[in-house]
Amino acid sequence: MRDQPVLDVRGLWKVFGPRPERAVGTTLSRQELKETTGCVAAVRDVSFTVRPGEVFVVMGLSGSGKSTLVRCLTRLVEPTSGEILFDGDDIRRADERRLRELRRHRLAMVFQHFGLLPHRCVLDNVAFGLEIRGSARAERYKRAREVLELVGLTGFENSYPDQLSGGMQQRVGLARALAVDPDLLLFDEPFSALDPLIRREMQNEVIRLHREVGKTMVFITHDLSEALKLGDRILIMRDGELVQMGTADEVVGAPADDYVRDFVSDVPRSHVLTLRWIMRDAMEGEPLDGPELDPDLVIRDAVRVVLSADRPVRVVRDGALLGVVTSAEILEMIAR
Amino acid sequence: MAIRRIALVAGAALILTGCGGAKVGEAPSAAPGTGAAGSGAACGTLNLAINPWVGYEANAAVIAHVAEKNLGCTVVKKDLKEEVAWQGFGTGEVDAVVENWGHDDLKKKYIEEQKTAVDAGLTGNKGVIGWYVAPWMAAKYPDITDWQNLNKYAELFKTSESGDKGQLLDGDPSFVTNDEALVKNLKLDYKVVYAGSEAALITAFRQSEKEQKPVIGYFYEPQWFLSELKLVKINLPAYTDGCDADAAKVACDYPLYELDKIVSKRFADSGSPAYTLIKNFTWTNDDQNLVAKYISEDKMAPAEAAAKWAADNEAKIKAWLPTS
Amino acid sequence: MTALTVTARLPARRYLIGAVLAAWVLGHALLSGRDTLPLGGAELTPLHEGANEAWDTVDDNRNSNPFFLYFVNYIRLVLDESVRFVQALISQPSFGRPVPLLGWLGVVALAAAITYLFGNIRVALLTVAGFVSFGLLGLWAESMDTLALTLTAVAYSLAVGIPLGVWAGLSDRFNRFVTPVLDFMQTMPTFVYLAPLTLFFLIGPASATIATMIYAIPPAIRITAHAIREVSPVTLEAGASLGATAAQSLRHVRLPLARRTIVVGVNQTIMAALSMATIAALIDAPGLGKTVLKALQTLDIGAAFNAGLAIVIMAVVLDRATTAASRRVEAQRRTGREISAFFRRVEVTVALGIAAVLSYLSYTYVWAAVFPAEANIGSYVRRAADAASAWVQDSLAGFTDALKNLVTYGLLNPFESLLAGSPWWLVFAAGVAIAALVGGVRAAITAAVGLAALIGLGLWQDSMVTLAATLVATLLVMALGVAAGVWIGRSDRADAVLRPVLDAGQTMPAFVYLVPILGLFGPTRFTAIIAAVVFAAPVAIKLVAEGIRGVPATTVEAARSAGSSPWQVITKVQLPMARGAVALAANQGLIYVLSMVVVGGLVGAGALGYDVVAGFSQHQLRGKGLAAGLAIVVLGIVLDRVTRAAQARTDRLGVIKED
Repeated sequence: MRDQPVLDVRGLWKVFGPRPERAVGTTLSRQELKETTGCVAAVRDVSFTVRPGEVFVVMGLSGSGKSTLVRCLTRLVEPTSGEILFDGDDIRRADERRLRELRRHRLAMVFQHFGLLPHRCVLDNVAFGLEIRGSARAERYKRAREVLELVGLTGFENSYPDQLSGGMQQRVGLARALAVDPDLLLFDEPFSALDPLIRREMQNEVIRLHREVGKTMVFITHDLSEALKLGDRILIMRDGELVQMGTADEVVGAPADDYVRDFVSDVPRSHVLTLRWIMRDAMEGEPLDGPELDPDLVIRDAVRVVLSADRPVRVVRDGALLGVVTSAEILEMIAR
Repeated sequence: MAIRRIALVAGAALILTGCGGAKVGEAPSAAPGTGAAGSGAACGTLNLAINPWVGYEANAAVIAHVAEKNLGCTVVKKDLKEEVAWQGFGTGEVDAVVENWGHDDLKKKYIEEQKTAVDAGLTGNKGVIGWYVAPWMAAKYPDITDWQNLNKYAELFKTSESGDKGQLLDGDPSFVTNDEALVKNLKLDYKVVYAGSEAALITAFRQSEKEQKPVIGYFYEPQWFLSELKLVKINLPAYTDGCDADAAKVACDYPLYELDKIVSKRFADSGSPAYTLIKNFTWTNDDQNLVAKYISEDKMAPAEAAAKWAADNEAKIKAWLPTS
Repeated sequence: MTALTVTARLPARRYLIGAVLAAWVLGHALLSGRDTLPLGGAELTPLHEGANEAWDTVDDNRNSNPFFLYFVNYIRLVLDESVRFVQALISQPSFGRPVPLLGWLGVVALAAAITYLFGNIRVALLTVAGFVSFGLLGLWAESMDTLALTLTAVAYSLAVGIPLGVWAGLSDRFNRFVTPVLDFMQTMPTFVYLAPLTLFFLIGPASATIATMIYAIPPAIRITAHAIREVSPVTLEAGASLGATAAQSLRHVRLPLARRTIVVGVNQTIMAALSMATIAALIDAPGLGKTVLKALQTLDIGAAFNAGLAIVIMAVVLDRATTAASRRVEAQRRTGREISAFFRRVEVTVALGIAAVLSYLSYTYVWAAVFPAEANIGSYVRRAADAASAWVQDSLAGFTDALKNLVTYGLLNPFESLLAGSPWWLVFAAGVAIAALVGGVRAAITAAVGLAALIGLGLWQDSMVTLAATLVATLLVMALGVAAGVWIGRSDRADAVLRPVLDAGQTMPAFVYLVPILGLFGPTRFTAIIAAVVFAAPVAIKLVAEGIRGVPATTVEAARSAGSSPWQVITKVQLPMARGAVALAANQGLIYVLSMVVVGGLVGAGALGYDVVAGFSQHQLRGKGLAAGLAIVVLGIVLDRVTRAAQARTDRLGVIKED
């Protein structure tokens, strides 16, 4: 680890229902829990850390508890049990005032349905967070204009939300979150209400912004390809529980269980997996003078080289030979 | 600024076109109260309750006319139900009620107990309450006017409301009635049906005359409608003093009411000339019916009707005025 | 499982209701006329006498009791002065002048400027036309009096109602507390509280204002609460995630987002206030209501109609103006900001400038202060209305008797006989049993408590007579409501033609059409029923039409493509899908009919309505009138709760069955 994690979540539980605390720690299934206590455990014993500058994706189908999880992080939903260490401080211990300070300065959230104020123009929407924390008008407009430029909405300052397309509205939502210059950005399925083309455009936008501003992000989605595309690491949830956590190729290459396997079965593996996943040890007598490739190269990008080479391609890291890849491995992968 | 200039120009144009009319307060006719100078003590404001029947309004119109024209008062009329008007004595909302039908309960409460009201004498009008039929019925069935024959005709008065009995139409809600007790104690084969308002009673009698439809019902005089249709009164067992003492055992006609005037104590003590006017005011049923007819039949405004009557009856008015 | 048991129980329940009714009819046949608890017109129970005495006590201590001296009397003073102040501005001679401060020209200009600035040019023109027509009808001063009272009452209603509404929107607990209170305020017939109000606040503008407020505040509170509640949770969450405090979130998120709906509440409040301001004429409220009441005394249909027309015009103007204002709130967002700011300034300056100049003219010159008497078309309107009513009465006379007898003998008398002619314990038992069967245990308890209260109030038989008439009137309202509602819901042309008629029917004071209806049907219970139907049908029709329109076009299309006839579309698709709206129409129709019970008492309904009217006029019947008013409220609450429970139950069953 390079340094201390930005966010360290330990044993987080969120139970809805009467006297929720007694359901904490339960091992009953969802159905059993509902029948015996009338409670629903939306988040069950989830732990993870988010490193600085990382894009951490939480993925799951609807009802898996991912939206509840992200709301617990800023206590829009009050967790039932567990710790949420943000830069070492437990958010759960923060009093009302401290929590508000955290929300005003250090955490910001982007919502699925935008949550814009229809009676305010774009500029005032973006400046809203700054206004809430009491910035002077000139200052907050200046900052809002900067952020609007960052998200490519210059010229729309005086439009009203309902005059904008969905994609543009979400850019406003994004700008509003960025305007307060938070340490951690939370995204709650921000693009699932958009149509596919716009969604891809916005995903690229997030990648670009991440490159430019380098914020740490927690990103919630139900879309696996989105998760794979954006996430440095991915946490997969089912029925409130953590099923698997790892990088994109770990998830695709080594599914933790049938649920995840089923989930990733449609993913074109060659787009996600790296050579590391298909390389094999060189067999005796194989010529080892073929081209060199890095083990972290995605297979798709290696296809041309491997197929056009007349001898095995060597997978090399720091001068050491890790293994070899031939057309046979590539074709087998693609055919699967 | 351009805007301001536009407004100024527009305004100036409007003012230019607007100038030339009479100014408020300049025209002498526009200022009431100044025309009747020289009538002695200052009158000030006279708050007249207007109870909701036309006869009352006739009294009030004539009093208001005289108070304004001869005494220079400012008259404020307040449309109020009786009970509500009496409450007004205590607060100064109401100075006078100029036609009162009995109301011994109210007299007891406001004159004797609260001492906010005082009696200001009779109006000269005689109030009659009873059962009436349209003239055509009295002509066709002459003996119907005797109560003892009512059962004979009960069949005629059957309606959808009274079932197998005759219908006795009752109920202006403002008036006390003993009719249920009367029907019972006189052993009449009738059912009391509540018409609910004076308007409903009048409509029923109008239709009775127009369509020759038998209707018998509660009514009273003086009442402007009698100048349109001379209803005929049924003779119930004659009224004797105290025969109506027990409401449940009443078996006699309604008493004759000597209509009177009630004023607030405060007003009576004020020495206003208007008080003297109201105290002296007295006239006959015919006088009132005439003014009431002007108002209801001829659709005159009450003030117009009063002016018309006043012009023809200067002598009577003179007798009401305070002697200086 | 559940579906099975429910479907198995359904027919049984229907049979049980049938059995209860059969037992009731049988019991009625055997025991008719026994234990019916009658109470004659002038008879009183100890409760009524007690109420009289309590009333007297309050009356006697008005000027000595500290509660009056330091509380009630101050409220009265403030309200009186408020109304008088507005009157001094626009309607009554004031400040030593023979005319109000603002003459007709000034008022018209100011009203036009305000409606233009908050609405648009079209409503401004409508306002000018409307206000000028007050003068043309010869009712300028009366109209301004009504306007003054209405506006004052509305101002106070909003000042009280909106904060309470916000509170109710934020707090579930307060909402639960205030809802039944509002129900009570809205079901209680106006006449019932007019008299007690005068007891506390005396006759005059103060009582009139409070009476108007009692009627006008509930919509302000309800709609504001609803507006606050319906604010999108996403937006609220977004605010919270940015660290907004509760106050910031109220100020920056909830209130702005709720504004449009709150303006709808303002609209409803104004309409309610206007309708009440006319009725308040009974306690000397100034204005058009008085003109109508006076016309009623002399059965002057023309004059009543003339004033009624002015009220309708005022209602239309106020309604359209506030509606335009609420639309503008919406439209404001769509205009660019920089541009509009400049134009806005121009607009405001010019509009207010012109209004100020015209106001000055109307302050100074007689021609602009006093509406020219020569331009008076009121007499034509009066004569035309007289002629029309005479014609209707003459030409329908034969037909009306038949209709009256049909409904009276066929429907009303059997109902009344069953309810009022059966022993009280039989009606009680049958009523509670039916409530239990259609609405469940809670409904049964409400019914039992309510019916017991009617006995306690000493007005059992009168209540049953009124109940019978109310049920018959509601049946007629629903028949009309479904027929006309379906028609309007399906045809835009019918909607365009009938909607203004319905609006007028709702805003025209009932007193205006009482006289012609009296002429047609005489003073009978049927007349009262017709008056109630005229009043309640527009609401029911509108609600049903709304429901029919709400049926998704695709569903109708699907039915049509399957070859359904129009009749099949109506009965198998549109009406069943609009079930909620029809049930709501029945519920509202019932409440509206009940609110006309007292007016019905004026035209021959007798029973509770007459008790209230008589209590209002006669000293010794006050207590009884008050009890009768309460009995009406009790009937309202019981009917409302039972129908709602039944409705909720059928909805629930429907869901289970559909599963």
